Formats: sequence, structure tokens, C-alpha cells
Amino acid sequence: MVEQTVQIVSNERDTDLYFRLIARAPQIAPLVQPGQFAHVRILPLKEALLRRPFSIFQVSGDTLSILYKTIGYGTEVLSRMRPGEELSMIGPLGHGFTVPRPGGETPLLVAGGYGMAALYLLAQRSPQKGIVFVGGRRRVDILCEEEFRALGWEVRVTTEDGSHGETGLVTQALLAELKRPTPGRKLFACGPNPMLKAVGRLAAEFDLPAELSLDEHMGCGIGVCLTCVVPIKAGDSWEYQRTCTDGPVFDSRQVAWEAVE
Amino acid sequence: MNLSVKIGTLTMQNPVTVASGTFGYGVEYAQLIDLNQLGAVVVKGIRLEPVRGNPTPRTVEVTSGLINAIGLQGPGVDGFIRKYWPFLKELKVPTFINIWGTTVEEYAEVARRFDALGGVGALELNVSCPNIKAGGAQFGTDLKLLSQVVGACRKATKLPLITKMSPNVVNIAPYAKAAEAAGSDALSIMNSFPAMAIDIETRRPSLANVTGGLTGPCIKPIAIKLVWEAAKAVKIPVIGMGGIQTAGDAVEFLMAGATAVAIGTANFYEPQTALQVIAGLRHFMQQNGIGDVRELIGSVQTGK
Repeated sequence: MVEQTVQIVSNERDTDLYFRLIARAPQIAPLVQPGQFAHVRILPLKEALLRRPFSIFQVSGDTLSILYKTIGYGTEVLSRMRPGEELSMIGPLGHGFTVPRPGGETPLLVAGGYGMAALYLLAQRSPQKGIVFVGGRRRVDILCEEEFRALGWEVRVTTEDGSHGETGLVTQALLAELKRPTPGRKLFACGPNPMLKAVGRLAAEFDLPAELSLDEHMGCGIGVCLTCVVPIKAGDSWEYQRTCTDGPVFDSRQVAWEAVE
Repeated sequence: MNLSVKIGTLTMQNPVTVASGTFGYGVEYAQLIDLNQLGAVVVKGIRLEPVRGNPTPRTVEVTSGLINAIGLQGPGVDGFIRKYWPFLKELKVPTFINIWGTTVEEYAEVARRFDALGGVGALELNVSCPNIKAGGAQFGTDLKLLSQVVGACRKATKLPLITKMSPNVVNIAPYAKAAEAAGSDALSIMNSFPAMAIDIETRRPSLANVTGGLTGPCIKPIAIKLVWEAAKAVKIPVIGMGGIQTAGDAVEFLMAGATAVAIGTANFYEPQTALQVIAGLRHFMQQNGIGDVRELIGSVQTGK
């Protein structure tokens, strides 16, 4: 974990409300593990105090990139920042995905919307290529599909309105694949909570291990403010654990979904 | 140049510490800042047993501030001693342990436990958390209960006692005097302000707890006034806090009457804040020919 001032190299619109930002972060980029995030202080924001967390999408030399959606004041201001401008960044943060061992499990990745960004490094660093299932409402919600194909991965796309790939939910496409008996599979997922919950249910049904990256409203990012807590099983009950430091990646069997608000 | 100040019998190497609940148990910040540069480390509130805390959402960002309703999630006395004390006891600077309970007896019992632990710098009595149903602010907004809880802790320990006051009173002076009379060695002025925000799309409160405590730069001017009023009312030192982001903010608190200051919400977005404030305070003193930080305390000129 390092705090440093980073310089924006590029910040371009991807599709619709999505942007890709590349920053030169020489102290942070080399340390990044799949599934980790960066906590970014958008310096032009004066009255909005908190940093914003972003999954780290790609890493190359001393740069890293994020893929983000403009969903509020902070990300809108970020989307207007230009190359050469600076951000304060703390990273890499969080407990990420477990990269499969050579000859180990075949990874099946499941992504909803910009959850895809959090899975890219895992696909890149996994010794076994697998399948990535990506879902979104519309065509514009399907991001970085080509980057996964370029890694040699099979990409299966679903959209709810049928404008790209198959019509339906990403978990329907996943279910179809899980029904084909194949040994040694493991699920890795990032997306909205209802999708993660459904992936967790499928993992239990097919008796597969699954790692889920949870996306919670976050404050400090380093484990002190206790904003981003999620219910995690402990003994015969559950306790609140922090998405920022205990997660964001949790074993799906540990998540106490019955207590998720 | 002297930056050191005294809180009861305890000496802080400089007057800059952190606010309970914004600094975890210190260890979380160890990779980002040198904790031994601080005046003291103040840990999150601890009661006897572990506390699960409130449902989510627990915080909401507002203009120049943050409303929180964490509900004092914590590991309890034993969990704290097992998980965090081995790290904290090795620090060169004192640790202030923020404690709370749901009864006067529980406060005293927690105080006894930490007295027996050895090596604790001071105890900060949280009689002012707005986000728990039993305990917390009920003690800090009732003169009789406040005297009882401070008095009971005074009997339970010789450690310096700091009472963290509630801002939610009409006039803070009698509460400050009551804590002093009951044996408190210092006052922390103050805890967060009761507050609320509403999501206009869903017509739901932004926090699961409905209400919470407001902190951050938006409360600083109110905090300055409370520190000024409390410091005039008592002889014991006041630790001032509320929205400090810069050395200038800290100097303002000192001039209002604070002997020391605590960085709170700023730790969440800029972990370097406390160290920046210490450096900036030193610079301010140099620029203004001030050799001893104590010259600043209460130096505001309110006369003509």
C-alpha cells in the first residue's frame, strides 16, 4: 500500500457513461494483484471529501488503468480531467482474487457491467485460459470484450435487451455451461449484489468453489471507518467484515447473504 | 522551539493527535505514516464485549462533511488486547484508549481492565456517541450521569482521564465543569453533531440508522465556539477537534483555548493530514516568532 500523486496519461470515453483512465503510478502499478483497487482523491472536488475506489483494470510498466462509470458528482468531475492533471492515489488495496496454479482449476469468470474491469488481470495472469461470461442491460454496458478475446479467452456475452450476444442474464449463460459436466472449474465474479448472490447459489448447487468481489459504498479504503462492511459467516452466526481490507474478494460460502441489506 | 504539551500528568511531544473512530487501532495507518511523529494515537471506542455495529449504509457524504452511524463496532476489551495491543504498546508515543459502556459500572470495569493492562497513555471516556441506543450520549447530556460515570472511572484508575463531550447541549460550560469536578484530567471537545440526510429518489434516509453524527470541515466553526466556551469554563486542558484539515485550522483551535488538537474525518481522505498539520504548525510558529506552542493556547483577543 502506497500513497502517491499520480499523473493522468489519458482519460477517454469508452461507451455511453463509461470512461477509461490511464495514470502513471510508478510506485503502485508494479504491486497490483488481480482484484485489487485504487482509492482515488479527485483533487478538484473540494466539498466532496472522500476518495473514490476503483478496481484496477490493466497494468503496464509504471502505468495502471481504471474503467469507470459516471454515476455521480465525483466521477463526473473525474471524467472532465485531462492528461497531465494529477490525482492522489492510495493503492493497491484490498484482498484480491486467488490466481489459479499452473495445471490447477479452469477459471470461469462472471462479470456484470464494469465488474469486468476487476477480472481482467486475473484472466491475464491465470496459467489456464477459461471462459468469461459478461452481462449487461444493453450493448453499451459490455466493456473490454475485445481485451479478453485478445488474451485468448472465450467470451460469452448476454444483454437483457438482446442488443448484443444472447438475450438474458449472465447467470443464465453460466448455468448452461455449468450443466456440461467438466472437472476442475472455479468461479470468479464481480458485479452487482443480485448477480453475485445468484453466482454464489449456482456455485453451491454445482459444488464449485467461487470467489466474489463485492462492491460496497466505501469511506477510507484502509480499514478504519467501517463504512463498507458486509456480513461474513463466523461460527454459527455472522460478523461485519470490511470490503476494503478483508475483501473485496470473499469466498462465496462465507458471505451471509441472508443478512445483506 | 517547544511543541510539547501536558494532559494531566502525561506529556505529548506535540499537540496533534487523532480523533477516536477515525484512526482504527493505529496499525492500519502504519504503512502510510510514521505514527511516532504524532502527539498520541487515539483508538476507536471499546466496550467490554465485542460489538457488531449498525446495519449499512453507515455513512453518507454531505457538503464538506460526512454523516456516520457506525454503531461503535469493535472487538471488545479482550479482542482489542489480543489483536491490537501488541502493536500499540511498542509505539514510542502514548496510546489513548477510548472506552464506553451501557452502564456506569461497565465504564468503570473497562477502565479497571485498561488500568491493569499497564502502558496505556490515557483513557478517553466516550459519553457522547450519538449512534447507539444505550450508553454514549445519554451520559454526556445529563449532568448527574456525567458526574457519576466520570467519578466511577476516576475511582477505577489513576490513568489520565479525558472526557469526550457531547456538543448536543444548550450550554457546554456546566457539563465541562461537571466533568472537571468529577475528576477528569482533560476534555475532548467534541463528538459529532446529530444529523440526517435523505435520498430524494427513494424518499429513504441515507443511513440505515436514520440519523447519525456529522463531522468534517463543515462543523469546524461550531467546534471552535464550543472549545472557546469550554476552555473558559475549566482549568483542565481541552483537546479541540472538528473538521481540522490544515495547520491553520489547528492554530485556530489552539487560539480558541485548546491545549491539543485531534485530526478526525480528514484521516479518511488524506492520511498525511496529521503530519502535515504538525509540520505546518512548526512553520507558523517560526514565521511568527513563537518559541513555545503554549503561547498560542487561548490567545484569541476578544476585547477591543
